Amino acid sequence: MPPALIQIEQLNKSYSLTDAGGNKIENPVLHDVNLQIDKGEFVAIMGHSGSGKSTLMNILGCLDTPTGGNYRLENQSVASLSSDALAKIRNRSIGFVFQGFNLLRRMTALDNVATPLLYAGEKRTISREKALEQLRRTGLEKFAMHHPNQLSGGQQQRVAISRALINQPPLLLADEPTGNLDTQTSEEIMTLFTQLNREQGITIVLVTHENDIAAYARRLIQIKDGRIIYDGDQIHQVLEKQVGKVV
Amino acid sequence: MHFATIIGEALRALRMNRLRTGLTMLGMIIGVAAVVLMLSIGQGAQTKINQSIETMGSNLFIVLPGATSSGGLSFGSGSVKTLTINDSIAIAELPSIRATGPVISGTAQLNYSARNWSAMITGTTPDYFSVGNWEIEEGTIFSESDVRSATRVAVLGSVTAEKLFGSVNPIGKTMRIANRPFLVVGVLAAKGQSLSGRDQDDNVLIPITTSERQITGNQFPGSIRYMMVQGESADIMDEAEIEITQLLRQRHRISDGMENDFTVRNLTAIADVATGTAKILSIVLGAIASISLVVGGIGIMNIMLVSVTERTREIGIRMAIGANRRAILLQFLLEAMMICFMGGMIGVILGITGAWIVSQVVDMLIVITLGMIVLAFAFASAVGIFFGFYPARKAASLKPVEALRYE
Repeated sequence: MPPALIQIEQLNKSYSLTDAGGNKIENPVLHDVNLQIDKGEFVAIMGHSGSGKSTLMNILGCLDTPTGGNYRLENQSVASLSSDALAKIRNRSIGFVFQGFNLLRRMTALDNVATPLLYAGEKRTISREKALEQLRRTGLEKFAMHHPNQLSGGQQQRVAISRALINQPPLLLADEPTGNLDTQTSEEIMTLFTQLNREQGITIVLVTHENDIAAYARRLIQIKDGRIIYDGDQIHQVLEKQVGKVV
Repeated sequence: MHFATIIGEALRALRMNRLRTGLTMLGMIIGVAAVVLMLSIGQGAQTKINQSIETMGSNLFIVLPGATSSGGLSFGSGSVKTLTINDSIAIAELPSIRATGPVISGTAQLNYSARNWSAMITGTTPDYFSVGNWEIEEGTIFSESDVRSATRVAVLGSVTAEKLFGSVNPIGKTMRIANRPFLVVGVLAAKGQSLSGRDQDDNVLIPITTSERQITGNQFPGSIRYMMVQGESADIMDEAEIEITQLLRQRHRISDGMENDFTVRNLTAIADVATGTAKILSIVLGAIASISLVVGGIGIMNIMLVSVTERTREIGIRMAIGANRRAILLQFLLEAMMICFMGGMIGVILGITGAWIVSQVVDMLIVITLGMIVLAFAFASAVGIFFGFYPARKAASLKPVEALRYE
């Protein structure tokens, strides 16, 4: 059996705060999280705000480092890596999709998509060619020279997805990717994710608090107060139960 | 990321904020322009002084007869006629000495046709011309045989020639000095003012013997007013001075413990003082100007710090998609350096233009060298790196997760 794409053991994360009296307070966010995600999975992480799901996402994306425990990505221990090595992992192995799109405002869609290639050391002309090819695949070719503020939310998010995919990473991390989009555009984006997962075998980890978005995934992880309270593929049953509770 | 790509990114960022970039650059432009202008003024003053020194001749001593006193009243240098033409000849024989030019001088009235003019008459020997770095513009100088036979020949300074002869070519003409006819054999090339501001071109040079017997007269035959002495080279000037002093003491039979009856003055030392002063002037002007460069640099740092804060989210995004710290550092550092580089170029052009205007308006000698342009540029770049580094490092050391969260 090949090693898992993501392997997390006894992961802890806490932030130290200073209270009014000047004392340091450790504020734990994640408690002893154990998690394994294999290649090709489509996972939804759900939880209330403050549950620690965003912190877990940031650690998975190598944007933040854990205070304890072990994290192996593609069988490589991440905890001990330098900031430059982490930058390289973010560049090559991870694609990010954010709620607020996070495109660079001053650049055209094309240059936005090309930028990760530039950071990978590719030449500008080649980067642009590849970026254009990527935009063509997501049907945004004619918007290549538009700036983000000239595009609709759905278009911006598709540019962001193109940017996330340009270095062909095995892992796509999406943090509330449909949070700023209307229902129809959300469905389009989720369909795109499903296609990427099914047809290209890209592993997708999705953070959301919307049930119908989570329903696109094939595995559900629920987090509460920094602990995993559910991890399994009975998505519909779990979600229906919750709906029942609310009603 | 390739270096050229980072330069492109930096240029794009600067273009987005034209007004801010321009204002920041202005500090650099003014600083560099001030440095170029001030250095060129300082260099001009230095060149002017060097030119004056060169006309004087090199490795020069002036030997003056000594002071005398009578009943406690001192009469000052040259008040006794202790130096003679033979002293001059003897000094010229010394190994450390190249040549000597003894001088008898006085003022006399000059006539040519209807014009007349009063000028300094210098009676001397042919060596005086080479010692004092006098160049002949037209004709020849007088010869040793002219000195031996006290011929009535004259070499005119360019101003004197112009005053007396106007547009007429003086060579071969006969003029009168103190009512005695003299043949003009040469006209000297113009030298301009001496360091002390005296016009060096208003003079008449005649053989020393002719002068002594017929023009200036002499209380003690064979005595001279002073002599110019040229050393063999710049590095043996101290030895030459000692040799001259010993020789003269010996010739004048001055016993040990008695004071010299002559004075030896090293003119090179005087020139060194003047050059030194000009150099200090240059340094002071340059230093004052570089203060404005430093102020411009602080302006750059200020703006870059604001820019880093404003673009925190952008930095976060870039880090999320794979920018390492070096790439972020270079991006911001290059923005600062490019402001300096472009400001430096405009500043150099402005400084040269300003220097040209100054030279036209106040009739001052302005010298612009490649060296000072390079210096101004190098200084501007150093300021850019120095003041751009801190903001750039601040940007590069941001934590990705915090930068991304920044609103």
